[in-house]
Amino acid sequence: MKPLTRIRSRTVVLAHENIDTDRIIPARFLTTTERAGLGKALFHDWRYRADGTPDPEFTLNQPQARGCEILVAGRNFGCGSSREHAPWALADYGFRAVLSSGIADIFRANALKNGVLAVVLSEGEHTYLLRHPGIELAIDVAGGYIELPDGGRFGFELEPFAKHCLLSGVDQLGFLLQHEQQIEEFERRRAAQVEPFSRREKVARSAG
Amino acid sequence: MTGKTLLDKIWDAHLVRAETDATPAILYVDLHLVHEVTSPQAFAELRARGLRVRRPERVLATFDHSTPTLPADASGKRAYVSAEAEAQVAQLEANAREFGIQLYGWNSGNRGIVHVIGPELGATQPGMTIVCGDSHTSTHGAFGALAFGIGTTEVGHVLATQCLLQCKPKAFAVTVNGTLPFGVTAKDLVLHIIGTVGVNGGTGHVFEYRGSAIEALSMEERMTVCNMSIEAGARAGLIAPDATTFAYLRDRPLAPRGAAFDAAVARWSAFRSDPDARFDREVVIDAGTIRPSVTYGTHPGMVTTLDAPIPAATNEQERRALDYMRFAAGQSLAGTPVDVVFLGSCTNSRLSDLRAAAEVLRGRRVAEGVRMLVVPGSERIKREAEREGLHEVFRAAGAEWREAGCSMCLGMNGDIGRPGQLVVSTSNRNFEGRQGPGVRTVLASPLVAAASAVAGYIADPRELLTEVAA
Ligand code: SF4
Repeated sequence: MKPLTRIRSRTVVLAHENIDTDRIIPARFLTTTERAGLGKALFHDWRYRADGTPDPEFTLNQPQARGCEILVAGRNFGCGSSREHAPWALADYGFRAVLSSGIADIFRANALKNGVLAVVLSEGEHTYLLRHPGIELAIDVAGGYIELPDGGRFGFELEPFAKHCLLSGVDQLGFLLQHEQQIEEFERRRAAQVEPFSRREKVARSAG
Repeated sequence: MTGKTLLDKIWDAHLVRAETDATPAILYVDLHLVHEVTSPQAFAELRARGLRVRRPERVLATFDHSTPTLPADASGKRAYVSAEAEAQVAQLEANAREFGIQLYGWNSGNRGIVHVIGPELGATQPGMTIVCGDSHTSTHGAFGALAFGIGTTEVGHVLATQCLLQCKPKAFAVTVNGTLPFGVTAKDLVLHIIGTVGVNGGTGHVFEYRGSAIEALSMEERMTVCNMSIEAGARAGLIAPDATTFAYLRDRPLAPRGAAFDAAVARWSAFRSDPDARFDREVVIDAGTIRPSVTYGTHPGMVTTLDAPIPAATNEQERRALDYMRFAAGQSLAGTPVDVVFLGSCTNSRLSDLRAAAEVLRGRRVAEGVRMLVVPGSERIKREAEREGLHEVFRAAGAEWREAGCSMCLGMNGDIGRPGQLVVSTSNRNFEGRQGPGVRTVLASPLVAAASAVAGYIADPRELLTEVAA
């Protein structure tokens, strides 16, 4: 993961509330065993008409949306399925930040693990961004603020650890692996108290 | 000191390292369920880093999402939707072999929807932490296990370390008092709850369902309720284990046996909220007011009862949803023509669901022009249903009887509707295009689904049930 410190870009606005992960990437594109290359399926059924041609009406297909890295989305973005293919598709397409007044838990966690900044703003701030599509924002991850063209600022909260990982580009598995000894101690402690969950091999063959 | 919630108790019992100002908690995972769609990239990551699976005995794998629900042909060939889908299943088989994980595959007799087989094998047990790269992992909360969906990166974390980095969610009491009226099911209850709380009302929270109406539910019904917790934005749903839970688990293949079972029951019994526990939020619902419920929009919070008029749109999104569904405010859903009926998914594909639908279909026919697909949740359920002759009831009625899998719940295996078709579905999501591009989904209980199949339009099952009871 590349460190993410600052994003400077114009915004694209998708004002729909409750954009679910099936909308972000439909299930039929999930048969892949790779994480790369999913950008082409992003918002597929909005981006393309039934005959496969791009729908010129859809925001992302309009010329001013080209190259934008910040998505401003309606409330409860990313609800539904836990598929990490959703942030993979967003990142592969070129988005580096999603701003909304509400972001679903699993999506948000997945996005942050993939270098996509997912930020929850207040209703007022969110409404402002929805009403001003295409404005240029500068997001300072370390400082925890978004700078508006007029110099105004929206602050945002990020869990310290997620922030650290974004800023330094490290992933969280490394941190977990450093705690192997503690994990082992936990397992020993628990094995003494609880019958460990055991797999009974014969179940595989047992009928009905 | 105030008491602890069920969530607190499970959380505390699994803390490898407590949360600090700078880092989330390290939480131990007891059971990791794996399926073909959200795991390949995680195994690839392990391989790339030269890591092994830390506790293979705590991982159970199966395939369900991209698998065909038609039987193999004479040569053993299965009707995969694409070569890529077939390769995805083959990849899971290869990963399970390479990393030494138990896989319930084609020839195991135990394959099925991941959230159906965990409980039926007795792998899902009270007080556990259970995760899966799948948002409906919340189903397992019916047993008093803290069970939630994770992303693929986290699947990799759990494979490699048996742990997850987590910040503790808040506790939300969903108290349901009273008794569900005749012909009103757990599905109607949970749809009603989602309609009440809203699709993002549970964000950041874990629900604990409690109250007399919850205690009266069977394990299958509790699973239906917990399954859809995520549809209200909650990470997980919990129900304290009780005699119903223990009776369900006794003699399950992966549950403890004999004296170990009794010891487990004693330990499991402690997993309930203390009387003085404080919840961050609470809603109280009267079960007696609930009626058969269906969705009319494009998210599960757009819920109404069968006979009530569809409410007017209050915002742009609701207007769009009604447009997509081709419904008008003021119209009642009862009487709306139906093209397809889907009975299945981890919400409603268990034996009790199939029995309920069969009760309605017995001696009746699926209406002319309606296609009905019945997809059991697991191979075990399929066998049990066939032993009871339920498959003959479905077939005699003109429905298709399929192999176990997710099927039309997410339409990933090719089981989809055609654009514009209206599907009455016992699954959990009515998102635009979920069951195929342009397909309109109405979520309902197995009873409503079966009654609608017979009528050819969305129908109230209660009249048909009265006849059966008489
Ligand atoms: S049945 Fe549907 S909701 Fe359940 S695991 Fe399968 S796809 Fe997901």
